[in-house]
Amino acid sequence: MEKELRLMKGNEAFGEAAIRAGTDGYFGYPITPQSEVMEYLMAEKPHERTGMVVLQAESEVASINMLYGGASCGKKVMTSSSSPGISLMQEGISYMAGAELPCVILNVVRGGPGLGTIQPSQSDYFQSTKGGGHGDYRLITIAPSSVQEMYDSVKLGFDLAFKYRNPVLVLSDGAIGQMMEKVEIDKQVPRHTEEEIRDKYPWATLGRYKGRERNIITSLDLDPARQERHNEALQRKYSEIEKNEVRFEKINCDDAEYIFVAYGTSARICQKSMQLARKKGIKVGILRPITLFPFPYAQVEEMAEQVKGILSVEMSAGQMVEDILLAVKGKTRVEHYGRMGGIIPSPAEVVTALEQKFMKG
Amino acid sequence: MTEEIIIAGFGGQGVLSMGKILAYSGIMQDQEVSWMPSYGPEMRGGTANVTVIISDDRISSPILTEYDTAIILNQQSMDKFEPMVKPGGLLLYDPNGITRHPERKDIRIYKIEANKEAANLGLRKIFNMIVLGGFLKVKPIVELENVIKGLKKSLPERYHHMIPDNEKAITRGLEIVEEIQAV
Repeated sequence: MEKELRLMKGNEAFGEAAIRAGTDGYFGYPITPQSEVMEYLMAEKPHERTGMVVLQAESEVASINMLYGGASCGKKVMTSSSSPGISLMQEGISYMAGAELPCVILNVVRGGPGLGTIQPSQSDYFQSTKGGGHGDYRLITIAPSSVQEMYDSVKLGFDLAFKYRNPVLVLSDGAIGQMMEKVEIDKQVPRHTEEEIRDKYPWATLGRYKGRERNIITSLDLDPARQERHNEALQRKYSEIEKNEVRFEKINCDDAEYIFVAYGTSARICQKSMQLARKKGIKVGILRPITLFPFPYAQVEEMAEQVKGILSVEMSAGQMVEDILLAVKGKTRVEHYGRMGGIIPSPAEVVTALEQKFMKG
Repeated sequence: MTEEIIIAGFGGQGVLSMGKILAYSGIMQDQEVSWMPSYGPEMRGGTANVTVIISDDRISSPILTEYDTAIILNQQSMDKFEPMVKPGGLLLYDPNGITRHPERKDIRIYKIEANKEAANLGLRKIFNMIVLGGFLKVKPIVELENVIKGLKKSLPERYHHMIPDNEKAITRGLEIVEEIQAV
């Protein structure tokens, strides 16, 4: 069969991928620059294609709690929003992490803090990777840097969410959400039947049947000893994730004397910056984390032993740079270059930053 | 081959859809494409622009500050984007509503009276396709047949009856584009 190619916005690609992945339910609330996800889903009427439910909730708080309900029944559920909306969801996300519920949450990041701006930003890195809600928990965080990767993040997200019974956050931004690129669409995956869910996810609360203990989904346990054991189990799970699920891409790192570490839109900008720098004779490579939790600490450390300096390029005041510093352990110089408030750095200014921070004086 | 293009004008002129058709044409001939609009609290009559990149290779930054080609459809866009054309690059513009014509000496300049022609043809809606035709005359980066395929892909089916008019507009654009300055 010939592959199906379409020109789509990142947000639309995410919506189509949701249907194709056999998602059972999407619950969301509109916010720029993410609104096309639900607009696309509403226009496509996925209920007629696969039986998938798409619902505009009354708020982001309601959406995330609808995910809690759906996920408790072993359903593939997802939501999407942009920064202020994701902040509203944090309580529910923490509950889902505590109750070990799988789901996929898309954040099409805009500049903050507060209502901030509708332009792209990457200032939600801490919130995404360090636990934006309360308690000791982690979200598996995937950072797409193209429309194709936006599309692919849905299937990967659900695979990881169910493998580890953990919420997955897809950390995108306004630029990737709004731009159109070529997307290869894959085959429709059928939604799970009730029987399949029972087989695959014995923890799901689908109604108790003969011969099975009662399933309980909760994040509450008032007995400190049991709660500590639960926390220890969660931490073991996060260690497993760190061991197994690191994803990254290296571009032109073999002969590199400097590297950019960048994800998402910044990684795209840096690819152009790398070309410009190499034209000037500066050997630059890129290490692009694809998962932000787990972060590719070992790969960054390995590069630190090779290069004269690492420039973290983020559309933030410098958040990921803290993870780079942890990885590098003082083995090379690390600097940060970033823009805030919805400003996207130009490829040329990133090269200038590299020169100024590492080659002057 | 990599072609980095900015298309800029007023909202409602079909700037974004022209970019989309160009991008789809690239897909039809198996190239990599990106289409990055300026987005914001904008409205009809405000400025609109889109960066379109068509390439044989993986596309790096979808957001640029210098372009191989600038297609300029109003004065604000002329002021903003004329300085961002790479030396030796191309500037194509519709003189309608332009008060300050391009002044650079190191770029190729073409003009196309697309507004006037669309009015003559009585087809104001396909103004942008006349411009696209003009561009493809100067830089035939995509085959005409792939543009038609791209049109079919990017227009909802209820507008497919307009494809012949669009084709006519592109052909007209090919004919009327004028060279102002070579380098």
